[in-house]
Amino acid sequence: MKIEVLGTGCANCNKLYQNAVEAVKQSGKEIEVMKVDDIRKIMEYGVLSTPALVIDGVVKTAGKLPKTEEIKQWIK
Amino acid sequence: MAEKCLCEQSEIIIFSCAGSSNVGQIANQTAVKLTQEGMGRYFCLSGIGGHVSGMIESTKVGKMLVAIDGCSVGCSKRTLEHVGFNVDEHVQVTQLGIEKNHDLNLDPSDVKKVFDHVSTRIASR
Repeated sequence: MKIEVLGTGCANCNKLYQNAVEAVKQSGKEIEVMKVDDIRKIMEYGVLSTPALVIDGVVKTAGKLPKTEEIKQWIK
Repeated sequence: MAEKCLCEQSEIIIFSCAGSSNVGQIANQTAVKLTQEGMGRYFCLSGIGGHVSGMIESTKVGKMLVAIDGCSVGCSKRTLEHVGFNVDEHVQVTQLGIEKNHDLNLDPSDVKKVFDHVSTRIASR
């Protein structure tokens, strides 16, 4: 499983990344979490609002800041 | 491509049918003009129809969805509703007295007419 946090580096993007890392940590699973800040790569996902969270290539949210608990539900 | 932050949410999201008739292309040009004039942001209807997750999730954060259809078939409204969105403002070009044909050489005054109508509707909300 792979999680990508899409965003160009604003406070909400960084917070989402932290939430994703925390969700993975609490889940005890080995899941790669990476930041994607290249606007061209973000656009390739069809995302028009950031921050966005992508799990295994599927955009789960865009323009929102899901909490750690919510992300844990998606990766369990 | 110019760098642009996408953190600022699009409150008013505009879709158009862009169908293969004069009225479909008038709808499309109106959506372009509305975006250029800062009345909202043009999103890709085919991305919604294609269930592109990024497009769908980005649309969910919009405060107001505008659908501009060329004719009574209403493809843009139907496409949005098909995936569960409610359209807040729906405009049909043929209801504004513009007859549907397949001449793609658009009359700019028709685009202006639809633009004026839609922008007034958006502003009145």
